[in-house]
Amino acid sequence: MKFLKNIVDKVEPTFSEGGKLSMFHSVFDGFKTFLFVPNETSKRGSHIHDVTDSKRTMIMVVIAVIPALLFGMWNVGYQHFIAIGQEATFWTEFAFGLLALLPTIIVSYLVGLGIEFTVAQFKGHEIQEGFLVSGILIPMILPIDTPLWMVALATAFAVIFAKEVFGGTGYNIFNVALIARAFLFFAYPTAMSGDRVWVRTRDAFWWAAGDKVDGFTGATPLGQVATSSAGYTGITDTMGNDITFMDAFIGWIPGSVGETSTIAILIGAAILLITRVASWKTMLSVFVGGALTAILFNIFGSESNAVAQMPWYMHLVLGGFAFGAVFMATDPVTSARTETGKWIYGFLIGVVAIVIRVLNPGYPEGMMLAILFMNIFGCLIDYYVVQANINKRLKRVKK
Amino acid sequence: MNTIKLKKGLDILISGAADKKNVGEIISQEIGIVPDYYEGIVPKVAVKEGDEVQIGSPIFYDKSHPELKIVSPVCGKVKEVARGERRKLLYILIERNGSKTQVEMPAIDFNSGREAIHAAILASGFGSLIRQRPYDVIANPTMMPKSIFVSAFDTAPLAPDYGYTLQGKEKELQAGLTALSKIAKVYYNVCKATPTSLQNMENVEVTAFEGAHPAGNAGVQINHLDPVNKGEIVWTMNVQDVVMMGNYILTGKLDMRKTIAVVGPKVSTPSYVTTITGSYISDIDEGKLIKDENIRVINGNPLTGIKAEEKSFLSPFAGQITVIAEGDHADELLGWAMPRFNKFSNTNLFFTKIQKMLCPKKQYEFDARICGGERAFIMSGEYDRVFPMDIMPEQLVKAMIAKNLDKMEQLGAYEVAPEDFALCEFVCTSKIETQRIVREALNYMRKELE
Repeated sequence: MKFLKNIVDKVEPTFSEGGKLSMFHSVFDGFKTFLFVPNETSKRGSHIHDVTDSKRTMIMVVIAVIPALLFGMWNVGYQHFIAIGQEATFWTEFAFGLLALLPTIIVSYLVGLGIEFTVAQFKGHEIQEGFLVSGILIPMILPIDTPLWMVALATAFAVIFAKEVFGGTGYNIFNVALIARAFLFFAYPTAMSGDRVWVRTRDAFWWAAGDKVDGFTGATPLGQVATSSAGYTGITDTMGNDITFMDAFIGWIPGSVGETSTIAILIGAAILLITRVASWKTMLSVFVGGALTAILFNIFGSESNAVAQMPWYMHLVLGGFAFGAVFMATDPVTSARTETGKWIYGFLIGVVAIVIRVLNPGYPEGMMLAILFMNIFGCLIDYYVVQANINKRLKRVKK
Repeated sequence: MNTIKLKKGLDILISGAADKKNVGEIISQEIGIVPDYYEGIVPKVAVKEGDEVQIGSPIFYDKSHPELKIVSPVCGKVKEVARGERRKLLYILIERNGSKTQVEMPAIDFNSGREAIHAAILASGFGSLIRQRPYDVIANPTMMPKSIFVSAFDTAPLAPDYGYTLQGKEKELQAGLTALSKIAKVYYNVCKATPTSLQNMENVEVTAFEGAHPAGNAGVQINHLDPVNKGEIVWTMNVQDVVMMGNYILTGKLDMRKTIAVVGPKVSTPSYVTTITGSYISDIDEGKLIKDENIRVINGNPLTGIKAEEKSFLSPFAGQITVIAEGDHADELLGWAMPRFNKFSNTNLFFTKIQKMLCPKKQYEFDARICGGERAFIMSGEYDRVFPMDIMPEQLVKAMIAKNLDKMEQLGAYEVAPEDFALCEFVCTSKIETQRIVREALNYMRKELE
């Protein structure tokens, strides 16, 4: 530790004002505070502070997504070897998924952090940690076969136009990772939907190439239901076998990398709730809102609408619903910030997500749009909650 | 007696609470009166260097309200009237001569009526120890309050135990409270630990508060019992100052001695000391410090106090001197990843919660580090958990940052003081200087609206 400290102290003048590399001051500062808790002491106000900071908070979210990430990697390999009809061990499958996903993760972080560093340096700010989370979420909500240049483009678009133009972490209106996905969804719809993008059938780094076996279909469960013309008849995996609730809950089904395994997501949810990083109110109310709406459609929905007839509990474990509820809706910056507001905000996300799934035949999945839509309304919900507090105070005066 | 239970709040578990023993009287040879300690006053000096002053002689007064004066607590000679940049008055230094002569001052007579009692309180210098909401400044002498709040307990970290320091002063306390009760309704608030003899006060409404810090803050108590609306004024007075005033009422003697606690992890034997406002802090803590690393001496409690410099004088509103490690050489490695067992946090990101469950008495390491970089607001609901008032703290702070007078007013800015936000500042993940923001906003409001 002393050794590291010596190095940092030695190079610090080079990066400080007047030093040769002072233009990289923010970057240096970012690495320094990453290594050591800043020794800066309080000059006014409270003399003692809680040891928590935004680094610790963001890292906790990254830790929480790791179960879903690891499962997603394995599932990429698992789906791949089914598709090419080869037997493979668990570790082979995992290794394949890791190799397939790694470039996406690296590109997402390189582009995002690159922009963050540049902007921080340009504005003379400290580097903010927000992208640590966005950078891992972006690869997890994209189909595995998204071309890397698209990942780079979408990440750059999201970081610049959804975050930096608003002022950086803490000021953004929309969830950055979802904007990246939405950008691709509308700019390159063929790469983001359909039957061909969800399972990697080609190789990863020239390894484990193969041909698709006969009978393979790459449609996601929600995609199948959305295109069904004969009401809900159940869903199948890529080889035509039935998918049960348990299958979807465990997550060995095609879909975006991180979204398929509800159980892995729930482990993440537990981490977020125990550490109180995410609000249980938001999280719970998304599930409640989604379940209630799906039940209503189950009862009153049209017989021929397959999505309306899909059992309500399947809605919660398929597609991005659980992932969105746990990791996206609870983003404290873009969510409603008042306690009452969180109930309403979460509930409406659940409602809107299911309504889009059921009523819009063009969009098999509604979670992304539901959250982005409610990001806008989060502020409005807060406005009314705050107004209620104001009115209470006004009433007191009149009495 | 009503009991109000507060669920929100936070007790900061820091070591170095004072033992219940008084190690004697320490009064500096020179006493410094610092105008900056009297928030909201524009000082006009009443003495020159070389003037002889007695106990009760006005030292300076408020420019716009000359009846609001700050009087000398000792007898002696004015040694220095120190001014800083742009002739700002820094302090007035009085060299003590040891005698106890007192200038003539009107007695506070219970039967003389509201106006006369108020005038006598001002004339004897106690007006400078009364604060008012809105704005948390020294009370404007031309405006009468709707109620007066006195808290018989302090919940701040390592705060003095008034149950101990005010033992045997029940009569004085009662006299002080009675005098205040002639001006407006007095809310006298106690806690479970307050001795019965200090609980049974007359002419006041006694309410018990239960809960963690800031249950002892006047702001919280006002919000629950008699919230401040637009155009209303509430006074607050520290219970120790009420006792001082009571002593003056009963004996006619202005005795400004008070008992403060010298506490903190860097104090060798934390205990109580009797002293006078304006004494050198370095005199009071002499020989009591553990100087094994850089230390920070705080004029007040660690949440709201002022950093003491080498020659700082004890603030009239400080009930304690706290000494903690500075921590500027801590060099803690990978703070975002390490378990950090002995560090205190109100979040669940560390082991603090589990440690608190296993051994509730455990005390944690503290120093003056901010422990992170300043960010925009990220986490929500954080302030709410430590803010037991019917006010939305985050939204109010945002209105204050935006200097939006309407919103501040609507969200309850009249009811709050910077100290009410001290815990918000402590727990803030984004390390926002909440108390500074509130102070600046209240000053701005006062300038625009008064």
